[in-house]
Amino acid sequence: MVERIRLAVFKFASCDGCQLSLLDAEDELLQIAEKVEIAHFLEARTRALEGPYDVALVEGSVTTAHDVERIHDIRKNSRFLVTIGACATAGGIQALRNWANVDEFISQVYAEPTYIQTLATSTPISDHVKVDFELRGCPINTKQLVEVITAFVLGRVPRVPRYSVCIECKRRETVCVAVARGITCLGPVTQAGCGAICPAYRRECFGCFGPKEEPNLVSLTDYYKNNGAPTGQLVRLVRNFNGYAPEFKTASDALEGAAT
Amino acid sequence: MAKTRRIEVSALSRVEGEGAIRVTVKGKTVQHVELNIYEPPRFFESFLRGRAIHEVPDITSRICGICPVAYQMSSCHALEKALKLAIPPELRTLRRLLYCGEWIESHALHVYMLHAPDFLGYESGISMAADRRADVERGLRMKKIGNELLGILGGRAIHPINVTVGGFYRAPSRRDLKALLPDLEWGLNAAIETLHFVSNFDFPAFEQSYEFVALKHADEYPMNDGRVVSSEGLDIPVDEYEQHFSERHRPQSTALHSVRLPRETHYLCGPLARLNLCREQLPPIARREADACGTAWPSFNSFKSIVARAVEMIAAFETAIEIIKDYNAEPTQSRVEFTPRAGQGCHATEAPRGLLYHRYRIGDDGLIAEAKIVPPTSQNQGQIEDDLRSFVPSILDCDDAEATRRCEHLIRNYDPCISCATHFLRLTIERHASVDGR
Repeated sequence: MVERIRLAVFKFASCDGCQLSLLDAEDELLQIAEKVEIAHFLEARTRALEGPYDVALVEGSVTTAHDVERIHDIRKNSRFLVTIGACATAGGIQALRNWANVDEFISQVYAEPTYIQTLATSTPISDHVKVDFELRGCPINTKQLVEVITAFVLGRVPRVPRYSVCIECKRRETVCVAVARGITCLGPVTQAGCGAICPAYRRECFGCFGPKEEPNLVSLTDYYKNNGAPTGQLVRLVRNFNGYAPEFKTASDALEGAAT
Repeated sequence: MAKTRRIEVSALSRVEGEGAIRVTVKGKTVQHVELNIYEPPRFFESFLRGRAIHEVPDITSRICGICPVAYQMSSCHALEKALKLAIPPELRTLRRLLYCGEWIESHALHVYMLHAPDFLGYESGISMAADRRADVERGLRMKKIGNELLGILGGRAIHPINVTVGGFYRAPSRRDLKALLPDLEWGLNAAIETLHFVSNFDFPAFEQSYEFVALKHADEYPMNDGRVVSSEGLDIPVDEYEQHFSERHRPQSTALHSVRLPRETHYLCGPLARLNLCREQLPPIARREADACGTAWPSFNSFKSIVARAVEMIAAFETAIEIIKDYNAEPTQSRVEFTPRAGQGCHATEAPRGLLYHRYRIGDDGLIAEAKIVPPTSQNQGQIEDDLRSFVPSILDCDDAEATRRCEHLIRNYDPCISCATHFLRLTIERHASVDGR
């Protein structure tokens, strides 16, 4: 028998939704488990095999000193390291703390702030170790996850588009919500992958899949500003699940800077 | 002198999120029990401050990838109360349908992939599939149908995008929902089979004196609405929740966990509590099957939570079918529009794993000024530790591997969702050692 590739799933600060996407591949899951040795996947199985692993899927962002040590260990033990989701790739919604005073956050939530151990920032995995492939999304798309796993089994590059949500809207023949309804939509600067669901449900894209390849944030936010959108609203729109992704961060900081 | 023995599970598996258990036993006496949550805090309640009202359900869904709808529902209801919005009955019904989808996918995942392996001696649903492929495939297909329902109503299964304060961005089409009926009919039968499947498991004799807490509604099994009731006679509107329940931040514990006031006792919420308190509100097929399944209700054995979960899957399929059969006209408006205004509101709904309480204050600027979230797992945490304290003496003859396996099994009775527990934390127990010598 050909040796199966060894897959491991690891979690950092996150909602568990992206690793759940693997269990949500209901039609493929048992087949994947036959083709791939699922060596470490705590959410789904008790048996945890030691490394080295061929592919490590990493969910979540780095928010504690212990996390920093752990991600270095995982990197050492893995041939390919793939981040899954907005937390691992851009710091996630919890990266909103990066614009705030974390001590203030702690005292707002906890009666005994001294018990809390946390870093002042929530950062993506790539701030700490080399990442071989980043799968975007909040949450990731199950089909794209299956594609990534398949690509590693076959030893080829995963086919994941880098173009914008707009392309997906055109493909599903959704009328543009920004043009036709005056909605402040992030579709033009956001990477495809969700299937452009939000505009199809008559609402704005709010950037779950992060910045597309070479996005023009300035042009888009200027357009919305000229059409009367308040700066605060635009800052919040860009400063979201992928708000700490460099292109989005630069844009929200610039908007805020211009307003003061 | 009696020997001190430690039972440790450093990384709990088949739960959502990351935690550990530590039990210290001296002779036959349990000295210390702790469910240690090392899931790092994410501070949702803090960064919700300053966000716009309509952003809240999109953000709170990110607390938990397994039960995002629960977070969206509690957020929307609480904010609608703050805004004094009345939601038309047809939108309320669609919300109930959305909740059915989440109960189905979450319960199917837990019953088949996370919990059944404990009863049947497997380390995972994946290993179980080698011997019992038909059972696992039944579970996966039920889960998929739940996800499909979430997809139609919510746009996608994890972190739905169609839920908003006031209703939905777009009402689901009649045709899309009706097309799901054959699958839901199959699912209803599969859920009944599931109840027979789990009822045959071997249950440890573990009757405890619990206080069960759940929502209760006169006319329906509780999901979106109800009074907060308990098996000890509590019966209050949700607005009074914080007068009867409070969160504690103790050094011995590893999380904020809830207690009942004024006695500071623990309580149990989730499927077993709901079924024990609201069996009469089950829809007819679920009621009939619950009464015939061989478990006497109310049940005081937390290992029977898997039976309650199976009954609730029947109820969720049955309710979904009924709602879709009656869905003959799409609502004229999919949401109630609102103008941001200052106000305060709280609400609780029934997440798959128990009561989920939210309270918000909206400031004069129309943005969120304060948020409070009490997830089900922090409410169950104290009870889980009490259960371990009572359970461990009965397994002292087991070797360490078997003892830890059984402790993990007990914890999974609660389907703990550690990622959910927004303010679970990690702490240094040694901190107080020098003060009082502990």
